[in-house]
Amino acid sequence: MPLTHLEPSPEQIEQEKIYRTMGLTEDEYVEVKRLLGRKPNYTETGLFSVMWSEHCSYKTSKPLLKQFPTSGKRVLQGPGEGAGIIDIGDGQAVVFKIESHNHPSAIEPYQGAATGVGGIIRDVFSMGARPVALLDSLRFGDLNNSRVRYVFEEVVSGIAGYGNCIGIPTVGGELQFDDCYNGNPLVNAMCVGIMNHEDIQVGQARGIGNTVMYVGASTGRDGINGATFASEEISDKSDEKRSAVQVGDPFMEKLLVEACLELTKHEALVGIQDMGAAGLVSSASEMAAKAGVGIHMNLDLIPQRETEMTPYEMMLSESQERMLIVIKKGSEEEIKAIFARWGLHAVAVGEVIEEEVLRLEHKGQIVAEVPSDALASAPVRHMPSKVPAEYTDNQAAPVWIPVIEDYAGTIKKLLVQPTLASKDWVTRQYDYMVQTNTVVAPGSDAAVVRVRGTKKGLAMTTDCNAKYLALDPLVGGKIAVAEAARNIVCSGAVPLGITDCLNFGTPENPEVFWEMEESVKGMAEACKVLETPVISGNVSLYNETDHEAIDPTPVVGMVGLVEDLDRVATVSFKNEGDAVYVVGQAAPEFGGSALQIMFEGKASGKPPVLNLELEKKRQSQVLAAIQSGLVSSAHDISEGGLAAAIADAVFGTSLGADLHFTTDPAVELFSETQSRYLISVPEASMKAFESAVDGAVLVGRVTRNDKITLEFASDTVTLDRPELEKDWRGVLSCIMSAKN
Amino acid sequence: MKTAVIVFPGSNCDQDMYYAIKDGLGEEVEYVWHAETSLDGFDAVMIPGGFSYGDYLRSGAIARFAGIMPAVIEAAKAGKPVLGVCNGFQILLEAGLLPGAMLKNKHLKFICETVHLKTENNETLFTSLYKKDEIIRIPIAHGEGNYYCDDETLQGLRDNHQIVFTYDGENPNGSRADIAGIINKAGNVLGMMPHPERAADALLGSDDGLRLFQSILNHWRESAHAAYTS
Repeated sequence: MPLTHLEPSPEQIEQEKIYRTMGLTEDEYVEVKRLLGRKPNYTETGLFSVMWSEHCSYKTSKPLLKQFPTSGKRVLQGPGEGAGIIDIGDGQAVVFKIESHNHPSAIEPYQGAATGVGGIIRDVFSMGARPVALLDSLRFGDLNNSRVRYVFEEVVSGIAGYGNCIGIPTVGGELQFDDCYNGNPLVNAMCVGIMNHEDIQVGQARGIGNTVMYVGASTGRDGINGATFASEEISDKSDEKRSAVQVGDPFMEKLLVEACLELTKHEALVGIQDMGAAGLVSSASEMAAKAGVGIHMNLDLIPQRETEMTPYEMMLSESQERMLIVIKKGSEEEIKAIFARWGLHAVAVGEVIEEEVLRLEHKGQIVAEVPSDALASAPVRHMPSKVPAEYTDNQAAPVWIPVIEDYAGTIKKLLVQPTLASKDWVTRQYDYMVQTNTVVAPGSDAAVVRVRGTKKGLAMTTDCNAKYLALDPLVGGKIAVAEAARNIVCSGAVPLGITDCLNFGTPENPEVFWEMEESVKGMAEACKVLETPVISGNVSLYNETDHEAIDPTPVVGMVGLVEDLDRVATVSFKNEGDAVYVVGQAAPEFGGSALQIMFEGKASGKPPVLNLELEKKRQSQVLAAIQSGLVSSAHDISEGGLAAAIADAVFGTSLGADLHFTTDPAVELFSETQSRYLISVPEASMKAFESAVDGAVLVGRVTRNDKITLEFASDTVTLDRPELEKDWRGVLSCIMSAKN
Repeated sequence: MKTAVIVFPGSNCDQDMYYAIKDGLGEEVEYVWHAETSLDGFDAVMIPGGFSYGDYLRSGAIARFAGIMPAVIEAAKAGKPVLGVCNGFQILLEAGLLPGAMLKNKHLKFICETVHLKTENNETLFTSLYKKDEIIRIPIAHGEGNYYCDDETLQGLRDNHQIVFTYDGENPNGSRADIAGIINKAGNVLGMMPHPERAADALLGSDDGLRLFQSILNHWRESAHAAYTS
């Protein structure tokens, strides 16, 4: 017997306020009763609690997200489906989305990260696209902390374990370290896919009488209530929720990808959706609600890997590698045959009904019946917001100017900060080459993946400098979008659009909610000016440990289109004798800079100013220069300023640089003034480049030796490339091998 | 030349191999599903990389029992070129077509990077277009590429010039005698951890692997010519 007889009665749920421990508020419980016209039973309360969690419903962030521009002439599918879709010409489209798996990764880092990757891949192939690339935006605490090192190591292994096995290259992302992530790492996974327009699928249950089928792995008790768990703060008690973390099977998902891509070519397919957060309940109710129909499902038919599972457990399980599909009635056998070839089950579990309800049958009884759209319409919450005192203080703070005596020493020290150090230790664990389309590998501003059979490529990156957002979320939000676009442009691609992963603390805290408001406002404004619509995204709130919130970290995932792969640029200098230009003049802007963090241990003051009109103009000029073939290398000047950019340009080459400046060395080398670039240009193209890009200042030449020479009026800084590079490359492997 | 690329559940370099032969080499190539039982009509057999059956047991330990494997063994006995790359190499070891076994990488981590290989033996049908001791750049991507064999086997490999490629410079995975690829005594079955199919297009950073496929094609043309004239 399933243990349903042990479940509390509707009366008990109300009287003992059991709904509260399940995640519903008083007001929400009243609303559920109103929608049903009666008290919900245990299973139904579970359905509402998980579907109305922040993770599934966006009930807190929805009013803010409306500010994002979501349309554009290339947008084929905006937010609302598994992933967004953008036209790339020739009847093809790019599909992408980013999603967080922060809370599971904090508790069980290997599986948390692995299943984050698995989930985002399903979102992409459920649209009908073949996944072609993965990116991971990762943030961890202080590496001196052994728990942080453990979580970091396991997260990377989990991503590698899943992505390498399934055969999708992990081509990029970002990795930062800061104390604010000590107890709450951020693990945001992004997947990019390519498809033909005619194969676009939607997650809708159209057609009364059509068959609902369950495909993929069987359902177990893993991950029950995962979405609710992800909508709470992390605390000492979080370890008790370990069973809310799912376990991934990349081999199963590889089979599922191949089978589902065959399925999407089949005319009998009506709708397909991933069983992600909130598993069966979210996929079934969302597919029904979007089509304005209902679904009757017989839970006895659900493939189960454990015995005596209750309806509650089956509906809320987050077992991985499962999809729900709706097919034309009568084609069940053909569909089963497709899955059988891949050794997978496809089981008819229900049908599309006219009445707009989700009706669940179990052992001959109706165990739940709720209006389809009720689950998808959580009451929106309008939270109060308040300007934090810290913000006001930072705005009023005097401008911080560093005092530097030893420039060479400062550069050496800066480059071995974990956030700026080489990420080789991580990226070499990822198979970034499988599928043989990786034209620009991890380590440049953006990765570039070939669109096979064409001259085109897709450039992709993730970006967010949370330190700027911590000081001023409005400006920081703008910079996150602008910097992502700059990275795309530096690779020679036109920015197409973004997906975002909004990582914040607890929205009930008015100061956190203010950060959310300001960040989204800034991002939306930048997206409008830079013409990069938001086509998909995810919100992750409650990123707090013991009431300490993370810095606001709205990660931007951006994809761009390279028209001609012969005109791709990377950060590395290419030829001896090339002219070196710095585009854009540095101002004394050190608020939130890598230098300030290194010297002061924390960010203070104002972040760099961003002029969006100048940003846009410069991006289009730099892009035009790259597309015209005038440029040998291009790199945006961001964290760590020009000093870090020069190091990036010479590392991995046998080249040096001989550069001369008339400016102040501290400002020139370490300021993080926005909209700046380091670009090298062949002698023959110098004139054309100078007339194409306003504000380009010739500062010197690329040399064929091991020296970086930076000459200022007051100082000449000389650095030895091999020595500098050795230290920079060794940081992470040294920390990770020495202390474990 | 008509080449078969075997597809196991969990193979993930099957397409890369297919395109290296179709686009890089410009020759005919077909996927062959693991459940098939015949390789008749194919002139060469490729076992691609990936995680066959998830590799949750020992890598390649389940794939060796696949329906197609008797046909692969038969093709090897008939002298047809058989190339196993990465997981394909592991499968050839498990199937007993090559001696030795694979251990986890010495640092216990997956490694993906482009390495330098030394061509130890250029007198094979796979390497005739390389120079003796030529250093080539080919990517690796594996978690279990630490080749191991006992002393006697190693001596045998050396005596028979069966070591075809070794890692030049730092050994990335701890393999015995820096071994990256070995061939059978008959000289028609090559297993290697590095991925020549990933180095078949200069756009992606190296086309040093293309000559391996061209060597196979040359061999096929010569033997076809020899068969015709004899």
